[in-house]
Amino acid sequence: MMEVETEPPKQTGTAVERSSDGSVLSGPLLELAEVSKSYGEGAAQVLALRSVSLVVERGDYVAIMGQSGSGKSTLMHILGCLDVPSSGSYRLSGGNVADLSEAALADVRNRQVGFVFQQFHLLPRISAWRNVELPLIYAGVRQRSTRRQRAEQALAAVGLADRVDHRPTQLSGGQQQRVAIARALVTDPDILLADEPTGNLASDQADELLSIFDTVHELGRTVVLITHDPDVARRSQRQVRIRDGRIVSDATTRP
Amino acid sequence: MSWIELVRGALDGLVERRSRSALTVLGLLIGIAAVILTVGLGEGAQAQVGSAISALGTNMLIVTPGSTSTGGVSGGLGSASTLTLADAAALGSTTDCPQISRVAPVTQHTAALAAGVNNWTAPVVGTTSAYLSIRNRQVVLGRPLTAADVQRQAHVALIGTQVAQNLFPTSRAVGRSVEIDGVPFTVVGELNPAGSSANANEDNLVVIPISVAEGLFGSRGPNAQSLSQILLSATSSGNMSSAYQEAETLLLELHQLPSSSSADFTITPQTSLLATASSVSKTMTVLLASVAAIALLVGGIGVMNIMLVSVSERVQEIGLRKALGATPGMILRQFLVEATLLGLAGGLLGVGLGLVGSLVLPALLHAPIVISIPAVVGAVVVAVGIGLCFGVYPAARAAHLSPIDALRSA
Ligand SMILES: Nc1ncnc2c1ncn2[C@@H]1O[C@H](COP(=O)(O)OP(=O)(O)OP(=O)(O)O)[C@@H](O)[C@H]1O
Ligand SMILES: [Mg+2]
Repeated sequence: MMEVETEPPKQTGTAVERSSDGSVLSGPLLELAEVSKSYGEGAAQVLALRSVSLVVERGDYVAIMGQSGSGKSTLMHILGCLDVPSSGSYRLSGGNVADLSEAALADVRNRQVGFVFQQFHLLPRISAWRNVELPLIYAGVRQRSTRRQRAEQALAAVGLADRVDHRPTQLSGGQQQRVAIARALVTDPDILLADEPTGNLASDQADELLSIFDTVHELGRTVVLITHDPDVARRSQRQVRIRDGRIVSDATTRP
Repeated sequence: MSWIELVRGALDGLVERRSRSALTVLGLLIGIAAVILTVGLGEGAQAQVGSAISALGTNMLIVTPGSTSTGGVSGGLGSASTLTLADAAALGSTTDCPQISRVAPVTQHTAALAAGVNNWTAPVVGTTSAYLSIRNRQVVLGRPLTAADVQRQAHVALIGTQVAQNLFPTSRAVGRSVEIDGVPFTVVGELNPAGSSANANEDNLVVIPISVAEGLFGSRGPNAQSLSQILLSATSSGNMSSAYQEAETLLLELHQLPSSSSADFTITPQTSLLATASSVSKTMTVLLASVAAIALLVGGIGVMNIMLVSVSERVQEIGLRKALGATPGMILRQFLVEATLLGLAGGLLGVGLGLVGSLVLPALLHAPIVISIPAVVGAVVVAVGIGLCFGVYPAARAAHLSPIDALRSA
């Protein structure tokens, strides 16, 4: 009897196809097709997204703008696999997210996407580096010393090398948000998503933070952020406007 | 995630909410200590009753005058002169009653006692040398009653510890003189302390030869010559019913009575006392255990409340952890380890408090506490179970929410 290997072994953990060097085999990085999202039932039903189609290529720097309640956060949560569409399809690195198991989704959130929230969402009673190491624990990095080292590197990259052992309550708002960015980047994801990252910050702190996003993009990551600030939007290459759950404009400005 | 990581994370979580963790542990601790101590008290009482009854005598049968079935005719318990020294002598015959090893006739009268300036009143038992061995009593100071004392009508007395304390508060009793109803006796021995049995204070007692008691109390009334009791002991506890049969047959014959239904005496085996008493104390143990179970339940509901509140507050944390890449299984394991640690801490501290209580409380309550291993194990299992049910189940539900629903829930 002859043993014939007909198919290459499937990669475990995610349903995403990658070549050996980690680059995507086919298709755009993020691809939303006719995605709708509704909340509630019957008369109280709210359509937060109405048939949104959006393609984001690898290396894009996208600003999403729109009035309050227009559906920006809803869109962002779907992009980050924190929520699922009511209808339509979402393909991430070519794979359909709807086909992913809970474990595979967790892996996507852990390794492929970094998410930064407007309200920081740090655990208040553990130190900065312990907050930053959390994704590494879930990624299965067993050595505590390795995790500490990588957390320290991530914190140094956002200018917090001297705040490693501080608790969130001992840090300013801007510093807390930088800890959150370090946490989003510590597993080296392809995509950084940020929902109004400067919304709770004073303007000087916001500028510092935005230059971090610029650097993250320059280093080759895909960045999508929500903002109300036209100055912030101008730093990006592409501005997507949303109104009432629909994309009303999508402008690219080549640098 | 390794177990070390899980335990470290769980400890962090518990320390973060230290007052809430402390309250949870306290609730479990009190419930468990209550179970251990109340069950211990119940078992202690049961053991005490058992030993008190076996202290009454080994393989003992008590013959009393009067019948329980024809009470009116025979004039009530102990009043008819239906038991005599001749009955006692006949019961001692090894040919008629081979299964009866020892016989002690007993008369009992309350008498005034005096020694120097001290006065006291106590039951005075007139009996023979077999009495002490049947009743399982020892002489701790001096010597016991002998057959020679009975034969020679020696004016000698054994006294219980309470009598000794009251008549001879400062000096040794043995060798001293005591007046019983004005007649001088020499104290030759002091009985071991035996506490109180079901019907008498065994330490407030004077024992004298029956031959002397007859002369001393014989003028007290028409029935004064009757024996109060005849104590018998069977050759072994397995022969109690044969001994009972032999005694009944012989006494019916001696009293010329046709059948046991017309008997003018009553024979009570000690085993029936033991059975009654131990069933009473078993009932008490069950009662105490139910009280303890209620205590544990109340503690458990308190713990449940604290945990439910804690979990709903932590749904947001669960959402964040999921957003960072935790699977539902990882979330579940985290809460499982936290709840187990809480349950174990409460359980072990509760067992510790229960053990300390079992050393301290008996002195205060004057009641023994016997630690029951099943109660200890059961209480700890229940504590950990409560932690798992009420700490893990809500977390398991939250672990399956979408990260954003969980994050928004607060
Ligand atoms: N969990 C929810 N249940 C019901 N309705 C919701 C829920 N989340 C969002 N919505 C509704 O969906 C719509 C879009 O909300 P979303 O949070 O996406 O807006 P947004 O553009 O991010 O606004 P903002 O700039 O104020 O953050 C709003 O009308 C909102 O009321
Ligand atoms: Mg929003």
